[in-house]
Amino acid sequence: MFIKPYGDTSDDGAVQLSFTLPVKNCGRAKEAARLYVQKLGFKKVDVVHAAPLSEDFTFFVAYGKTDVSLDYDKVEYAEAVDKYMSMDEVNDFIKTHFKRKLVIVGACTGTDAHTVGIDAIMNMKGYNHHFGLERYPMIEALNMGSQVPNEKILEKAKELKADAVLVSQIVTQKDVHIKNLTGLIELAEAEKVRGKMLLIMGGPRVNNKLAKELGYDAGFGAGTYAEHVATFVVKKLYERMTTRK
Amino acid sequence: MTPVKSKLGLSKPKIDSARELAEGITAPVQEFIDGHTTVTIERATLRLLGADGADADGVPVPNLIASQCAEKLSGGAAQYYLNALVKLNRTPAELNKEIEKGLNIADIELTDAKRIQAKAAELVKGLDARIAGNVAHRNAKLKQYKDKVKSPLIYVIVATGNIYEDVKQAQAAALQGADIIAVIRTTAQSLLDYVPYGATTEGFGGTYATQENFRIMRAALDEIVEKEGRYIRLVNYCSGLCMPEIAAMGALERLDMMLNDSMYGILFRDINMYRTFTDQFFSRMINTAADIIINTGEDNYLTTSDAVEKAHTVLASQFLNERFAFNAGMPARLMGLGHAFEIDPALKNGFLYEYAQALMAREIFPEHPLKYMPPTKFMTGDIFKGYAMNTLFNFVSKATGQGIELLGMLTEAIHTPYLQDRHLAIENALYVHNTMAGFADEIEFKKGGVIQKRAQQVLDETIEMLQDVKKRGLFTAIETGMFAEIKRPRDGGKGFDGVYEKAAGYYNPVEAYLKKKLKVGK
Repeated sequence: MFIKPYGDTSDDGAVQLSFTLPVKNCGRAKEAARLYVQKLGFKKVDVVHAAPLSEDFTFFVAYGKTDVSLDYDKVEYAEAVDKYMSMDEVNDFIKTHFKRKLVIVGACTGTDAHTVGIDAIMNMKGYNHHFGLERYPMIEALNMGSQVPNEKILEKAKELKADAVLVSQIVTQKDVHIKNLTGLIELAEAEKVRGKMLLIMGGPRVNNKLAKELGYDAGFGAGTYAEHVATFVVKKLYERMTTRK
Repeated sequence: MTPVKSKLGLSKPKIDSARELAEGITAPVQEFIDGHTTVTIERATLRLLGADGADADGVPVPNLIASQCAEKLSGGAAQYYLNALVKLNRTPAELNKEIEKGLNIADIELTDAKRIQAKAAELVKGLDARIAGNVAHRNAKLKQYKDKVKSPLIYVIVATGNIYEDVKQAQAAALQGADIIAVIRTTAQSLLDYVPYGATTEGFGGTYATQENFRIMRAALDEIVEKEGRYIRLVNYCSGLCMPEIAAMGALERLDMMLNDSMYGILFRDINMYRTFTDQFFSRMINTAADIIINTGEDNYLTTSDAVEKAHTVLASQFLNERFAFNAGMPARLMGLGHAFEIDPALKNGFLYEYAQALMAREIFPEHPLKYMPPTKFMTGDIFKGYAMNTLFNFVSKATGQGIELLGMLTEAIHTPYLQDRHLAIENALYVHNTMAGFADEIEFKKGGVIQKRAQQVLDETIEMLQDVKKRGLFTAIETGMFAEIKRPRDGGKGFDGVYEKAAGYYNPVEAYLKKKLKVGK
């Protein structure tokens, strides 16, 4: 199935854009904006708004239509888990299959000081009425907070015999998160603990695809709740347990 | 700005009792502070006396001197610097160069105390003149352009990592209507136990706070001040392990505001509590001397905990921040106490609670500029919903007479602001502020209605909490997780080894100057 953006009619290809150009706001600037959007491949370009941001910059809102379409059948993307369980289902699953509490250690690592992501997944309260892992009776959850060095979180994970490690990365400016995330994998491999625990990453600018590329077991992006992560953890651990038997 | 009578029906005796509790809670902490110094207080003192520069490895001169002094820091580092100036007959600039090259000034035998004191008097006089000059300049510009002062003042952040890119964005924002520019610091600078030297062009999620960067941005904003005929304030982060040094640099380079909280570093950066309490006191004296408005960090309580359930922790912290600031000689007009619009947008009547809590802060702290922070926790990639939330935030901010409004960015959850994000935020704020200019004077609240009851409830819960904190003592209260549900042991955290009990005969001419100027202590 080939798809195109839908504005007010099937396959009209309508797209809304906003951007800034480094020129003074004037008629010529607006024409430049129109031509620029045209160069991007859009047809019927309409620059509907232009506003000066300073003497050297102008902000534009534009609409255009595109001929480009995409074969949706050929799009490949694997979600970390097909079907998520609820908090209660996760707990029952652990009780039935593991007969012990699972240990999950999490932190916002490296220089990143933003705990909003790891807090949403781990803290008792959770986020948007989805309880965090600390609330799960069958999960022993430790949130180490922010700016935790890779060495520290791994050390703690070994000490507690963690089943899974959650790493949150919010700041992604200049790809600082990639370096840090890769560092943890390398460290885990060097210390020969990579196979002993699940390594999972999360953050608004990461996803499962990136996680796999970097060598993580899974990655969770914006809109993730604790039960999503928990479902992945219990299913993956169960899968490992049963295939090893 | 001071309301004639409480629209919220808040009880004056209750507010007074909360203040008394805060006084009781901070008193034993202040006793500790008075008997101690820290490595960064000593470095700040050196900076204010002229120590500056860095060696070939980038180690700043104040840090070199502090290392040379080692345990002698407990007696005060200033005497060694002053002694070297006197005995070697050097200017601070000349001496700094020699220290950069390896001169150890702690090894030089101390000369007669009178000569050291005379040198101190000379340098402190110069320091006082520089700070007074900065204050006079700011006041003159504020007076000259007073008809263009907005209420609330519009505050935006730049955070490119490169001071020269920051300049472009800051100037653009100021031209669009921003009154206050904050250069956010690179992530993790708060945990560096030194302040980098020189102009910087690399940073993550922000730009290094350095004295040279302060100077570059100050000059860039001063250009816009003259062009626009409006005073533009510059802000940085007086927090972390170098809190007093940042204050010193800000005082020297005419910053106008500083993020500065008495407990933020302890709770959210795991900095040792003794270190933070001692540092915040010295920092606040410097900020007060330089007429710099502090912004406290209570918004952080609401990003880690629920904004409805934990609203009272914000008010409790405001009372403590206020008392700690009073202890440092700071007048209320310099206390930008923080709070935030962070209630879950899905909550029914959430707007009424936000309104109640913001007005409550205004009524309880009538002379304080109040720093109001935008929604962040519930901002998502849905920039359109985010823009709507920011509009309501702007509404509450204007309706409740906040002093300093940090504008919300529609791309809050996505990236550091693009040039156009700030523009859209400022447009939104200017529109709302103008269209409802006289709204606050028109409105009263139903007696016993949702809004009144909410504010009264938060005040009651705050008093309960403060009573509990007083019973346990502030150190223990923090250890047991009473603030932000975060537990910090009193001897844990970063920077504990940089806290020193003042030795008998501790000498610090800058501290003496500040205390005298601000009438602090006995």
